[in-house]
Amino acid sequence: MNNSFIQINNISKYFKEVKAVDDVSFEIKEGEFFSLLGPSGCGKTTLLRLLAGFEYPTNGNLLIDGTDITALPPDKRPTNMVFQNYAIFPHLNVEKNIQFGLRKLGLSNDEIVNRVKDVLSLVKLEGYEERFSNQLSGGQRQRVALARALVRQPKVLLLDEPLGALDKKLRDEMQLELRTLQKNIGITFVFVTHDQQEAISMSDRVAVMNDGKIQQLSAPNELYKNPKNIFVSDFIGETNFLKAETKSSDGEYINISIEGLGEFKIKNNLNIAANSSDVVCSIRPESMMISKVKSDWDICLDAKITQTSYLGEMTRFYVQAKGINKTITVSSQHFDNKSFENNECFISISLEDISLLNKK
Amino acid sequence: MNEKNNTLLIYTLLYFGFLYVPVLFLPIFSFNDANYMSFPLAGFTTEHYEEMWSKRNLHKALWASIKVGVVASVISTTIALFAAKAFARYKFRGQKISYGGIMMPFLIPEIILAVAILIIWINLGFKLGLVPVTIGHTLFCTPFAMLILIARIEGFDFSLEEASRDLGENAWGTFFRVSFPLYLPGIVAALLLSFIISFDEFILAFFLTGSDATLPMYMWGQMRFVQKLPHVLALGAVIIVFTTFIVLLAFWLRNVGQGKVKKDIAVKL
Repeated sequence: MNNSFIQINNISKYFKEVKAVDDVSFEIKEGEFFSLLGPSGCGKTTLLRLLAGFEYPTNGNLLIDGTDITALPPDKRPTNMVFQNYAIFPHLNVEKNIQFGLRKLGLSNDEIVNRVKDVLSLVKLEGYEERFSNQLSGGQRQRVALARALVRQPKVLLLDEPLGALDKKLRDEMQLELRTLQKNIGITFVFVTHDQQEAISMSDRVAVMNDGKIQQLSAPNELYKNPKNIFVSDFIGETNFLKAETKSSDGEYINISIEGLGEFKIKNNLNIAANSSDVVCSIRPESMMISKVKSDWDICLDAKITQTSYLGEMTRFYVQAKGINKTITVSSQHFDNKSFENNECFISISLEDISLLNKK
Repeated sequence: MNEKNNTLLIYTLLYFGFLYVPVLFLPIFSFNDANYMSFPLAGFTTEHYEEMWSKRNLHKALWASIKVGVVASVISTTIALFAAKAFARYKFRGQKISYGGIMMPFLIPEIILAVAILIIWINLGFKLGLVPVTIGHTLFCTPFAMLILIARIEGFDFSLEEASRDLGENAWGTFFRVSFPLYLPGIVAALLLSFIISFDEFILAFFLTGSDATLPMYMWGQMRFVQKLPHVLALGAVIIVFTTFIVLLAFWLRNVGQGKVKKDIAVKL
C-alpha cells in the first residue's frame, strides 16, 4: 500500500483575485476512500477539477503514483470522473457510452466486449445496453456514469457530488453500494460532497475545506469527536458553543472557566494557550443528558425546556439553563416533553465531552 | 365566442391574406394558357413548364446559383459554427463588439454592401463574376447561420465535452465524437437556410455578377420581354415550392433532438 499515492504539493488556484484553493498540501493513500467536504465555494470542486485536469494550478504540483501530472491534459491522466450531472452522451446508448473511453486504449474487440459486460454487471445494469440517457432514471444514469469511468480501470476515480441529484432513500442505498464497490475493486476514490453525513459514513478519511484551505484532515470519528477548530466543530454534526476563558495549564490539563457553569480542569488536546479569552467550548447535543431528577454527573444544571421537536429516532430539546445566555440544544432518545412538569428539567454534562477550541 | 376574439381572427386572416394571396397568383398564372397575367383564366396548360425546361440560359443560371449557394452556405456555416461555439462557451474581452461585428450585415443596407464590395473588387483589379458574389453572400449569410447555431449551442451541456476529454479523447476527437453529432441538426439547418438566402439573393448578385447570371438575375432579365413572362412564372412557382420545403426542413431540424437535451438539463437541475 502506497501511503503517498496522490501527492498534492502547495497547490493554489486563483480565479483572478479569488483564491479558490489556497496553498493546500496533503497526500492520499492507495486504495483509500477519500472525501473532500465543505460548504459551496470552499474550493473542493476546484481541487477535484485540478486533479482531473480541467483546471491547471496557479502554483504547486500534483503527483499520482510517482508521476508528475501537473501539466498533463485530462486525456493523459490516470484518472476518470463521475460528473455531478453524470454527463451521459445523449446521442449514444448505454453500451456506446461505456465503450467511449476504450477506443484509445488499444484493446481487442473481445477485450472491449468483456470489459463492458463485466462493468455492467458490476453496476447492475445488465439488459440496459440499448437504452438512451432519456430512457433512464437518475439512479440508472449515475450507474452508467460510474461504469463509463470504471471501465477504463483508472488509478483514481474522481466523484463530483454524484449523489446530490438523487432522493434521500436512493442516496442512502447508493452510499452503501459505492462503499462496497470501492472496497471490492480497490481503486482510490476521491469524493467531493457538501453533505457531512455522506462524507462521514463513506470515507476512510475526510478533508474538511473552507476558504480554499484544509481545516482538518482525519478519520470520520476523529472529525466528530476531536474537531480541531470552531469551523469543523460547527460543520460536522451539531453542537453548542459556550463562552470560555482559559486559566493556568500544566501541559496535559488546563483550567477553564465556562460561562454560567464555573471552573473546571479538562484535557488540553489541542495545546491551547493559558490565560486566553479567545477560546470557546463545544458540547454535542447528544452527549448531554436531560432528566427529571438531579444526576451525579460532573455538571448538573437546572433548566427549563422552551421548545421540543420530535424527530422520530430522537427528540430535540431546546432548553434555557440558569446562568447561560443562550438556548442549548439537547438530543435524547428516551423522552418526550410530556414527562416533564412545568417544563422543568436537569441537564447533565460529563467533563470529557467538553472540547476546548480556539476561536480562530 | 366574444367580439374581441372575432376581431383578432379577422385581423389574422387579413394579415395572412395580404401575405400569401399575391404569392399564390404565381402558380395559378403559371398554368394559365395565355401570355398575360389577367382574369378570366384562359385554360389549363403545362406548356410554360415545358418552355422553362428548354431554356439553356436558365440551366446555366440555375447551375451558377447552386454553385454560389453551396460554397457560400458551407463557408458561412463553418465560420458561424466556430464563432457561435466561442460566444456560447467562453467569456472573453471584446465579446459584445465581435458579436455585433458578425451581426452587422443584418443592419447594413445590402446595396451599400454591394457597392462597397464592387469598388474594392474592381480596384484590386479582379474581374466581376461568381467569385465576388460568393464572397458577398458568405458575408450576408453568416449572421443568419450564427443565430441558428447559437440557439442550438447555448443549451448545450459542456460537461459532455469535459467527459469526453476525461475518457481519453483529445480536443479533435471530442469535437468529432461528441460536439459535432450533437450540433449536427443545427449545422444542417444553418446550411439549408444560408443556401436559400443565397439562392434568392438579388442585389449583391446584380452588382457583382458581370456576365455570369444567377437565377434571380436571369429572371430579372427575362421580365423585360412580355412573351417570356409565362415561363418566369413557372420558374417562380417551382422556386416557391422548393424554398418552402427547404425552410420547413431547416426549422424542423433546428428543433430535432432539442427535447432530449432539455430533458437532460431538467434532471441536472
